[in-house]
Amino acid sequence: MKMSFRFSGVMFWLGMAFLYLPMLSLIVYSFNESRLVTVWAGWSTKWYGELFRDEGLMMAVWRSLEVAFWSANTAVLLGVMASVALTRFGRFRGRSLLHSLVAAPLVMPDVIIGLSLLLLFVSMTDVIGWPQQRGLLTIWIAHATFCTAYATVVISSRLKELDRSYLEAAMDLGATPLKAFIQVTLPIIMPALVSAWLLSFTLSLDDVVIASFVSGPGSTTLPIEVFSSVRLGVSPKINALATIIILIVSLFTLSVWWLSRRKLKRDNQAL
Amino acid sequence: MKKLFARLSLHADAGKKWVIAVPTLWLGLFFALPFLIVLKIAFAEADIAIPPYTALLSMADQAFDLHVYFGNFVFLTEDSLYLTAYLNSLKMAALSTLLCLLVGYPMAYYIARAKSSTQSILLLLILLPSWTSFLIRIYAWIGILKSNGVLNNVLLWLGVIDQPLAILNTNIAVYIGIVYAYLPFMVLPLYANLVKHDYSLIEASQDLGARRLKSFWNITFPLSRNGIVAGSMLVFIPVVGEYVIPELLGGTNSIVIGKVMWQEFFNNRDWPLASSLALIMLLILMIPIHLFRKHQEKEWEDSK
Repeated sequence: MKMSFRFSGVMFWLGMAFLYLPMLSLIVYSFNESRLVTVWAGWSTKWYGELFRDEGLMMAVWRSLEVAFWSANTAVLLGVMASVALTRFGRFRGRSLLHSLVAAPLVMPDVIIGLSLLLLFVSMTDVIGWPQQRGLLTIWIAHATFCTAYATVVISSRLKELDRSYLEAAMDLGATPLKAFIQVTLPIIMPALVSAWLLSFTLSLDDVVIASFVSGPGSTTLPIEVFSSVRLGVSPKINALATIIILIVSLFTLSVWWLSRRKLKRDNQAL
Repeated sequence: MKKLFARLSLHADAGKKWVIAVPTLWLGLFFALPFLIVLKIAFAEADIAIPPYTALLSMADQAFDLHVYFGNFVFLTEDSLYLTAYLNSLKMAALSTLLCLLVGYPMAYYIARAKSSTQSILLLLILLPSWTSFLIRIYAWIGILKSNGVLNNVLLWLGVIDQPLAILNTNIAVYIGIVYAYLPFMVLPLYANLVKHDYSLIEASQDLGARRLKSFWNITFPLSRNGIVAGSMLVFIPVVGEYVIPELLGGTNSIVIGKVMWQEFFNNRDWPLASSLALIMLLILMIPIHLFRKHQEKEWEDSK
């Protein structure tokens, strides 16, 4: 076993280097004085200043955060419902339909989702006069839709493992199914809801293709803004933005991991 | 609050219906219904109007007039550009799936065999990059692969090459970008499968004299089939329609269907033709999507 173990170990750390070196180079070159991203001309933080002075970009950041927040809320709400239906209700009419509706968005290419939703919105405007114009509202609907699929996967995998006896005990003691769900199931699956929310939030913050199709004038999100400037070539400002994003995500994830590990250790000690 | 619970419990069955109906209706309206509209517009004619296509159904002389236009599909067969784009996309998706599998399998295997306390941090390290922006990670490769980029500078400095390699704007750059972006989607389902394996099977086979490679090939690999299928579908299907990576890292000659469709839609404003292209892509992807759905359903069924 030892040899294949060593082979997989080498592959693992090579893979890690492959995943992390590009990010490292972004961070290093964000502090480069020179406008030519790859020619080193000494340390400088001037690109960070330029980034924060770029009003268009900063507006796009807020718009993106707003859309991501509401998309994540909607996706978790719909995801909880879909998960409960799929893991708790046994067989029901439309189960297989719901299965397909939840599984297909996970793999559907973005260009197809984007195009088809835009055509839907255009037809709806034609027939019922709503939505009057495309903008943050339509991006929110689009993002909530594909994020629901991911949220459902995360939540249902937790619900599946849940010990049903707690729920049965609550119901034996006279709780209605809804009350038992809110007071017993919900607290237990809370970590899964939080990770589903965070996943939806990052997916929404990250999407450029679908948003390009369904956005309207004046509603460019951060990825759309970044994409249009990246298409013109490398820009040190984007490096600075990337560094800030990488920093926030890493700090956040590592602290969550550290806290949960500490809690686990304490729980073990308590036993 | 008590009253509310009591009232709601009276309608427990109704409540159950709502729990099913709300997500089904939302996804039906915003995910399934749009495909029917794509189907409709694929058979319409491009028009200079808002929206830029002709109506399929129109009222003329008190009667419905059905106007079905096959011209888009005829046009797609006449210009070899479209066939090339579909074939390129399929080839690109198949090859990148294979590459992801080759790189991702040993990585997933390593995590699954690690101590259970270190597994979570290793998984976190795999996932962490995918939580930062996808666009920015692809953009990082432009800076690395450019002719005066990081990679060429390092290789020149090491003396491995004496002239910068032209990697950016080639298919190699596109493959690097795709493997980079989609690797976690391959590793995760493989890990989820491999971690469940009963290690005593391997030990038994080795006690019986099987060599390591042989027991891997005869036991571990076949047992991980479900993980391989899931990971491959998660890579293959979206890559067929990938637009951002070929656009940023590929050259003008990397013609893939996602890019062609985007150009027809945004640059030529030919919505019906873009719809026909999407429709055909959807038909091609029908079988792999069905396979993936079957797999997902099994995952959910296992719940009991």
